[in-house]
Amino acid sequence: VIPAAFEYRRPRSLDEALGLLADLGDDGKVLAGGHSLLPIMKLRLTAPGTLVDIGRLPGLRGVEVDGDEVAIGALTRHADLSSSHRLATEVPLLAHVAGMIADPQVRNRGTIGGSLVHADPAADLPAAVLALDGSLLLRSAAGERRVRATSFFTGFLESDVRPGELLVQVRVPRSGAAPWGYQKFVRRANDWAIVAAAAVDGRVALAGMAATVLRATATEQALAGGASIADAAALADRGTDPTADMHADQEYRRHLARLLTRRALDGARGRA
Amino acid sequence: MQIEVTVNGSTRRDDVEPRLLLVHYLREVAELRATNVGCDTTSCGACTVHLDGEPVKSCTVLAVQADGSTVTTLEGLAAPDGTWSPMQQAFRAEHGLQCGFCTPGMVMAAIGLLQHNPDPDEIQVREALEGNFCRCTGYHNIVRAVLAAAKATTTSLHPSSSSSSSQQDHRARPETPSRGPDLGAPPAITSGSAAP
Repeated sequence: VIPAAFEYRRPRSLDEALGLLADLGDDGKVLAGGHSLLPIMKLRLTAPGTLVDIGRLPGLRGVEVDGDEVAIGALTRHADLSSSHRLATEVPLLAHVAGMIADPQVRNRGTIGGSLVHADPAADLPAAVLALDGSLLLRSAAGERRVRATSFFTGFLESDVRPGELLVQVRVPRSGAAPWGYQKFVRRANDWAIVAAAAVDGRVALAGMAATVLRATATEQALAGGASIADAAALADRGTDPTADMHADQEYRRHLARLLTRRALDGARGRA
Repeated sequence: MQIEVTVNGSTRRDDVEPRLLLVHYLREVAELRATNVGCDTTSCGACTVHLDGEPVKSCTVLAVQADGSTVTTLEGLAAPDGTWSPMQQAFRAEHGLQCGFCTPGMVMAAIGLLQHNPDPDEIQVREALEGNFCRCTGYHNIVRAVLAAAKATTTSLHPSSSSSSSQQDHRARPETPSRGPDLGAPPAITSGSAAP
């Protein structure tokens, strides 16, 4: 299947890219690794007029410790994250989750920025960055703003990126030895999660339980109040709104949310 | 749009539509038909080729994204005298195929594994091939073939990618160290200072 025709632009600098995006407005769509965008273009679910290929822009790829946070360039690929020793030490949840995405070929192309902006409610990295209480730096020709992951995911495949803005960096707190766990339930090895639970340092985020990834706030509050893991995890589906599909009905997804949350908290692993 | 791609060691210039997928570019423009279109949805891995030395699914890459890059397909693995690569020989010796449709993608994915893990165990082989579907063999012989190739190989698995690195450097690609333990280039964006 072939995407609808589009114009292709490959800016050479970030400033050029931001200028292009400002000029193009709604007609422009950012292409990075293309592993969320191209599949839906091939299915003609979207047909942007112009693709702005930022895949080779310099300076947007890499993992760097910066104060209490780890700064990750938006073009950093899943394979880069999962093979980064620095990340495995500083934010082990994120390195682990990146290695659980799809398969090696996909991890060689997909980028953290693309995954977050695409905002698939079943995706791994949005859940991980949400559990980590990370933030996103969005830049436009007019300037830069920082958005917390807790307010970034606004709807099904919708994120708080305004026309003309580009996600340039993801920042997550250095979680170090804090206990963490990730549980992902799939039917086949390289599938999307039916439900996934990411836990780190008393925070829990769920994928596959609503139109966006979301925090299991009832569980977090119970943990903060001293509840046992089992009791807190039993509240994990509070406030969720899962859909039913061929893989799982709503009640089964709620069951998975409770079960996977308990396992993610139980299995929470600190730095070895 | 005019693109320049080095495919299996020879550089081509072609005028392509931006929407042309890399797999169709390889099959129909470069007329290299080992690479198959299977699911066409980034799932089955039959279209796996190496882009700048790393396995990717070419049904989900635009030909224009490969502009200035090096691509290796199954056709590029054999030595100039026609001798198969160790991985290809192992697939034959271990009967790692039946119908053969998935084989080009399997071989390219398996070589990708051995490039950064030359001595994998069986579990690692199976995990590395999770993006490649075979509907005939049940995978056992494929896994055996990859393990056998790993055992047989200590030298170059992938002659064309190693020779491509210098070529990559003088192209307009950003600092993309391919497999460092950590990414050397830190993100330049800290607080709006060092943006290019």
